[in-house]
Amino acid sequence: MSKKQLVETTINGEPTEFLCETRQSLLESLRDVLGLTGSKEGCLTGDCGACTVLVDGRPVCSCLMLGVEARGKKITTVEGLAEGTQLHPLQQKFLEDASLQCGICTPGFLMSAKALLDRNPNPTEAEIRYALAGNLCRCTGYDKIVRAVMNAAKVMQGR
Amino acid sequence: MHEFSYEAPTTVDQAVKLLASDGDSARVICGGTDLLIQMRNAVRKPRLLVDVKGIPEMREISFDAKAGLKLGAAVPCIEIHESQVMHRYYPGLTEAAHLIGSLQIQSRASIGGNLCNSSPAADTSPALLAVGAIAKIVGPAGTREVPVEKFFTGPGTNVLQKGELVVQILIPPPAPHTADRYIRMIPRNEMDIAIVGAGACVTLDGDKVAAARIGLGAVAPTPILAPKAAEYLIGKKLDEKTAERAGELARESASPIDDMRGTAEYRRHVVGVLTKRALLGAAERARQN
Repeated sequence: MSKKQLVETTINGEPTEFLCETRQSLLESLRDVLGLTGSKEGCLTGDCGACTVLVDGRPVCSCLMLGVEARGKKITTVEGLAEGTQLHPLQQKFLEDASLQCGICTPGFLMSAKALLDRNPNPTEAEIRYALAGNLCRCTGYDKIVRAVMNAAKVMQGR
Repeated sequence: MHEFSYEAPTTVDQAVKLLASDGDSARVICGGTDLLIQMRNAVRKPRLLVDVKGIPEMREISFDAKAGLKLGAAVPCIEIHESQVMHRYYPGLTEAAHLIGSLQIQSRASIGGNLCNSSPAADTSPALLAVGAIAKIVGPAGTREVPVEKFFTGPGTNVLQKGELVVQILIPPPAPHTADRYIRMIPRNEMDIAIVGAGACVTLDGDKVAAARIGLGAVAPTPILAPKAAEYLIGKKLDEKTAERAGELARESASPIDDMRGTAEYRRHVVGVLTKRALLGAAERARQN
């Protein structure tokens, strides 16, 4: 076993240190080392987006990034969305609009949608579909997900 | 995935020393969107990964009206798309960078990585060929500049020697009334590998073509120029008819293969269609410059 690396980073606003092997992806570091199992493993090729997290505010497939590359970065995972028991408006609207069935893709969709709304609080439907193009859902389909993001945007803007 | 060492140097010199230290088994990691998949599939087994994203000159976008563009090889595609300089002076290259994968991929993947992965179907390569881009390479023996048309040596291979890395992409400043355009054909609406990619850069003098370059992807063992088609256009008015003829000449430069995305015959046909459209699109933009 190779020597483990110490990684100092910030996860969901908390300064965090963890040890990982260089060959462990950020996804494996989050799930297996830190116990943050919200981010899901899907394809491991960057196609499905189930492992999407935010790195310095940008959506990234955590399966295609090494844990050691998280040094000095600000990582946001689905665990960082809710504030205590208060769900994030995106999570709330995904529930209300029935935007999930099996749920494996949901954390990734939530993080891609958050990245979009953080930069563009009032997106068009086309912009939402474009921003979510790197996330695949194989059971619910996309209309309800897109609707939930539109509704969450309204809530977040106080409309 | 196999075991390997990881280093993140902050200068080009350190990166070159690291790369030269481990023979053929050190590899640069930038976005990792191709490399980590290749490593997971045991296609590549580097003993050392050299992460170059912390090297300032590899992350800069700087434009000077006389010197042209210096584009850091590690700039992620999304930053290229967000750059006003890139949209203004190299809209075709910018649209190529914004076509690669999803936003998740564009947040990591770079043009330098796309170049060095050297896929025949890389989206930014035809666009780089069209604008006359040059790879600035630094290695143990010093710095050299290689035009992109001389960079590739085959599918997945290039001229980089042991210890060398592409630090920046250099692009000449566009002459007045110059613009570029990149178009690709894929089996789906978004996020797939090109059946054909066509980049065109056109300089107009009045209503005549003063200079033109056409780059093609996914239709030969490497991305290629279509010089005959470009030469034909010089001194001519760029319209439906001449663009069509240039498309026919571009077909002659292509040597495509059959694969799951399309047959050689289909690819050759599409080369003509996309070359024509890319030329007309570039000319339309050039008229407004």
